[in-house]
Amino acid sequence: MAIRDRMSGNEAVAMAMKQVNPDVMGAFPITPSTEIPQYFSEYIANGLVDTEFIAVESEHSAMSTCMGASAAGARAVTATSSAGLALMWELLYVAASSRLPITMAVVNRALTGPININNDHSDSMGARDSGWLQMYAETNQEVYDNFIQGILISEACRLPIMICQDGFITSHGVSNIDLIEDEKVKEFVGEYRPENYLLKHENPLAVGPYGVSPYYMEIKRQQAQAMKDAMPVIRDVAEKFEDMTGRSYGFFEEYMMDDAEVALVIIGSSAGTGKEAVDRLRAEGKKVGLIKLRVFRPFPRIPLAEAMCKVKAVAIMDKAESFSNSGGPLFNEARNSLYDLENKPYAVNYIYGLGGRDITVEDFYDIYQDLFVIYDNDDPGDVYRYIGVRDSRFK
Amino acid sequence: MAYNLKKEVEKKERLAGGHRLCAGCGAGVAVRGVLRALEPEDKAVVANATSCLEVSTFMYPYTAYEDSYIHTAFENAAATLSGVEAAYKVMKKRGKIQDTFKFIAFGGDGGTYDIGLQSLSGAMERNHDMVYVCYDNEAYMNTGIQRSSSTPRYADATTSPVGTVSPGKLQNKKNLTEIIAAHNVPYAAQTTFIGNFKDLHEKSHKAIYTKGACFLNVLAPCPRGWRYEAEDLAEICQLAVDTCVWPLYEIENGKWKLTYEPKKKKPVEEFLAKQGRFKHMFRPGNEWMIENTQEYVDVEWKKLLKKCK
Repeated sequence: MAIRDRMSGNEAVAMAMKQVNPDVMGAFPITPSTEIPQYFSEYIANGLVDTEFIAVESEHSAMSTCMGASAAGARAVTATSSAGLALMWELLYVAASSRLPITMAVVNRALTGPININNDHSDSMGARDSGWLQMYAETNQEVYDNFIQGILISEACRLPIMICQDGFITSHGVSNIDLIEDEKVKEFVGEYRPENYLLKHENPLAVGPYGVSPYYMEIKRQQAQAMKDAMPVIRDVAEKFEDMTGRSYGFFEEYMMDDAEVALVIIGSSAGTGKEAVDRLRAEGKKVGLIKLRVFRPFPRIPLAEAMCKVKAVAIMDKAESFSNSGGPLFNEARNSLYDLENKPYAVNYIYGLGGRDITVEDFYDIYQDLFVIYDNDDPGDVYRYIGVRDSRFK
Repeated sequence: MAYNLKKEVEKKERLAGGHRLCAGCGAGVAVRGVLRALEPEDKAVVANATSCLEVSTFMYPYTAYEDSYIHTAFENAAATLSGVEAAYKVMKKRGKIQDTFKFIAFGGDGGTYDIGLQSLSGAMERNHDMVYVCYDNEAYMNTGIQRSSSTPRYADATTSPVGTVSPGKLQNKKNLTEIIAAHNVPYAAQTTFIGNFKDLHEKSHKAIYTKGACFLNVLAPCPRGWRYEAEDLAEICQLAVDTCVWPLYEIENGKWKLTYEPKKKKPVEEFLAKQGRFKHMFRPGNEWMIENTQEYVDVEWKKLLKKCK
C-alpha cells in the first residue's frame, strides 16, 4: 500500500535518497537545492541511513568525490543548482566519459548574470551536451519517482543522470505525494554491483587515462551509443516501476493530444499551468493539447516528432536562452526532429519564465490563440519569440 | 626494523618501467619511493592530478601502475581520492570488501600549490585517511615551464622570463608545507631524494600508516625546467638540503622536527649554479640577486629552527 503524505520536492528527493540508502553522498550548499543535503544529514544524524556523507568545500569537489566513490564501486548521489552545477561543468564531462553512474538531483535555478535564485532551466540546459542523462518533473510526485528510477537507469546505462525539478516551484512547494514503502524501493533499486571498480579484490582498475587521438574518438562514439541505448532502458525501468506503483511514465506525457489541432511542448512545472489553459480552451470547444517532455537526454527525437505531427502548429517552450539567435535549446532540437517528416506542423518558439518570471494561464491562453492564427493564416511569422517580457521594445 | 635500501628495492615495483617520463625527472623517483613504503600485502588506490606524471604513466591503453588508479582532472585529486576513501569506508562497513587499501594522491606543484589548493585544503580539513603527495618541481612543466606559486624568486620561467627589465620571477615561493601544517593534520613533512632514500621512505611510511589526512611535499627536480644534466638529479637534491633551500622536516601531531641538519650550511650559489634557470643570477651586475636569495634562505631557515626547537 502506498503511503499518502505531503511534502516539498526537496523533501521528496531526500526521502527517495533515504529509501535508497546510497553508499556515498558528496554535497555543498546552494539555494534552492540545499534542503536535500540538509534533510539527508538529519537522516544520518538519527541513524536512519548509514551513507558516507562528505560535506565538501565546493560543488567541484562534490562532483569529484562522487566520481571517486563511483569509480571505487559505490553508489554515489549528490544535489545541486545553478552556479553549483556550473562549477561542476568540467567534471560533468569527465564523469560521463568515465562511464560513472552518479545520480544528481538538480533543482533548476537561473545561472548568475545577474545573480538570481529563482527558477529557469539555464543550468541543466547549459549542461545538455555533457553526456549526462536528463529527466525533468512537473510535480513532487514525479521528481520522487524519477529519482528512484534514475538510480537504475544510470547504473544500467553506465551514464550519470540529472534528476531535475523546478527551483522553489516544486522544490519548496508542499503537495500531496504517494510514497513507496522502504522495502519496495530497496528491492526495486537492488544492490549496486559494477563489473569493475577500484576496490575490487581480484583486479586493479585504472580510470581516467590520457586518451590520445587514436583512441579519443572511439571513446566518444561509445558514449554516444550508450546515450542511444538508454532509450529502451528508460522504457524498461518505467515498466518495472509501473508494475510496482501503477504510475506510468514515458519519454513524454501527452495531454489531450488525440484530436488536438495545436499544442504546446514544454518541460517542468509550468506544464501544470499549461494544462489548466488546455482545460479552459477545451471547455470553449477549442481543440488544444500539450506535450510535457520528461526525458531530454537522450532526446526522444522520433517519438516526439510523431506526437507533434498530430497537430498543425506547436509552440515549443524554452525556460532557457541559448543566445544562438535561433531560439532556445528545446526549440532547436524539437524542431530539428520534424525536418524529415512530410506533414509537419508549424513550430514556433517561446522563451519564458527566465529567472523566475511568472507564466500564467492567460499567457498560455494567448500562445494557443497565436497558434490558431498561425494555422489559419498558414504563416508562422517570426518563430523566435518571447512571452512575459516587460520591455516594450521586445513585445 | 632498521631501514635497509637493499631490502626495500627487493620489493615488487608498484610503478612499472616503460612509462614516458624524461630521464632525470624527479616525479618517477618520488612515486616509486613513496609506493615502496607500502607494505606488500596492502593494496592501494593511487589518484593523480593532471600533470606530466599522469600523461606519462597512464596513456590509454597502458597503465604503469600495479595498483588501482584514478585521474579525473587537474585541480581535484584530493577531492577525487576523498570519494574513493569514503567509498572504502562504507563498503567495508557494509561487508562488500575485505582487503586493506591505502589511498595516495600525487599532484605536481601546479595542481597542488595553485589550482588544487582548495580541493586539498578541503580533504585535509575533513581528515580523510589518505596521503597527498606533492611532487614539487617548481613550475608548470607539463605545459612548458610556466611559473607557479612554488617557483622560487628569480627563476627563469616562460611566464616569468628573464628580460632586459625583468630578473625572472619577482615573488617568493609559497610555503605550502606550513599551510598544510596549519590544518592541524596528523602528519605533514618535507622531503626529497638524498643518500639512501631513508628520509623519503620513512616519511612515506609514516604518512601512509598514520590514520587521517597526511601530506608529503617532495622536491622533485625537472631537468627540462631547471636545466640540468639528467645524471645530476641526486646531486641537486643534496645541494637543495645542504644549502637549506629545501629543509627536511616533519610535523607530527603538531610537533615540528628537523630530520636533517647540514653539518655545514652551504652557500646558495652551489645549488643555483647547477641550474640553467638561475644562470642570469651569475652575470656581472646581478650579484644582488644571489645576495637576496641567500638572505631569504637564512631568514626562513632561522624561522624553521625556532619552530623545531
